[in-house]
Amino acid sequence: MDKQTKGVLFDPLFNNNPIALQVLGICSALAVTTKLETAFVMSLALTVVTAFSNLAISLIRNYIPSSIRIIVQLTIIASLVIITDQILKAFVYDVSKQLSVFVGLIITNCIVMGRAEAYAMANKPGISFLDGIGNGLGYSMVLLLIGFIRELFGSGKLFGVEIFQTVNDGGWYITNGLMVMSPSAFFLIGCMIWIIRTVKPSQQEKE
Amino acid sequence: MAQHSTGYTIGFAALVCVVCGVGIASAAVALADRQAENKKLDQQKQVLVVAGLMKAGEKLSPDEVKKRFADNIKPEVVDLKGGVAAQGIDPISFDQRKAQKDPAQSREAPANAAKVLRLPNNALVYKVVKGGAVETLIFPIEGYGLWSTLYGYIALDAKDANTVQGITFYQHGETPGLGGEVDNPKWKDLWPGRKIYGDKGEPQIAVVKGKAGPAETDKYRVDGLSGATITSNGVTNLVRFWFGPEGFGPYIQHSKAAGGK
Repeated sequence: MDKQTKGVLFDPLFNNNPIALQVLGICSALAVTTKLETAFVMSLALTVVTAFSNLAISLIRNYIPSSIRIIVQLTIIASLVIITDQILKAFVYDVSKQLSVFVGLIITNCIVMGRAEAYAMANKPGISFLDGIGNGLGYSMVLLLIGFIRELFGSGKLFGVEIFQTVNDGGWYITNGLMVMSPSAFFLIGCMIWIIRTVKPSQQEKE
Repeated sequence: MAQHSTGYTIGFAALVCVVCGVGIASAAVALADRQAENKKLDQQKQVLVVAGLMKAGEKLSPDEVKKRFADNIKPEVVDLKGGVAAQGIDPISFDQRKAQKDPAQSREAPANAAKVLRLPNNALVYKVVKGGAVETLIFPIEGYGLWSTLYGYIALDAKDANTVQGITFYQHGETPGLGGEVDNPKWKDLWPGRKIYGDKGEPQIAVVKGKAGPAETDKYRVDGLSGATITSNGVTNLVRFWFGPEGFGPYIQHSKAAGGK
């Protein structure tokens, strides 16, 4: 793997994380992270959509009339999202029931369009595809981390398997009610951004 | 990026639409059967769970679910107003939630605490049949909690059409960990043995704040969900509504008169 490929693929994990640095895609990060399972499927769906929309848009980037480029990007993204939603409904019905509208809302997830406009419009298909995967992974990493903390402390479980026996089930662990509400993801993401920017001062915004 | 002529731009837009449209249409058509199958299977699973024929977390293959359902359960379309079996409707293909949205097959519900807006003319009741005798009646229930409409099933002993055997909610958007605990098997286990109707034939069952006694002595009350008073009240309202005169009340009267046939 040469240096550029590596950079495109792994930079979005820490150095240029779409959620932590670019602060994109926060909305769904709040909504689907109460459980790891939904966070995982959502991450997977978003990674696939970002990768393929980048690929498709990059392939036709030289033919897209600039006056309608945004709407063309959106059409392609929306189509991919609908197809993904259909596939989820057909193969992992239970999870798709829990994700409900949030798969559809990938269409409006700023990461997908952000990458299409900023990267795929100006780069070759292969590398754009990798950029999509890289950004998808960066998003996934944050989602899984938040999902891990929220499910563990909010319901005492990981992937639905009991870790702490909760009081409701006759155990000792009193669940943290805040963790199952959306605002907790806000606090967690805020703390995470704080930690990352303290470790890497270069990410701090100038006054 | 070069400037393009208007014709080119319109042509390009049209082409993108056609390509995307064909993609979506083929995915939808190719997967439609599988999705319908999943939906049906999910419903059958819920019915099996509330009937006590399947454990909540139990993993069964689709064929096993179908077999268990076909062996034990007989669906029946019920005319809600008349309280008797509706004639000429195939229970296999009848979809109550679709019927509820269809103006021709439903009517506006009178104002009610469960906030049910429309009532279907016909509803789908499931009977658990063992050795020719009906053992359990399973009724679909729905109503509003705090954030969302809860959809579920409740199972009654067919002998008295009053004693609860099980309850389940298969779709809701209540707060996970609080109102979402309507899913909790521990809480659902509190229901069996409780009675729906009081001595005067009015639905008496209530989800109360705090703790209720055991089912033998405290027949009409179920423990509340802590931190979820509104969802708890919603459950009380929706169960009472569906067993009241607008819901399955008439049907239960009839089946009692017929000696629980």
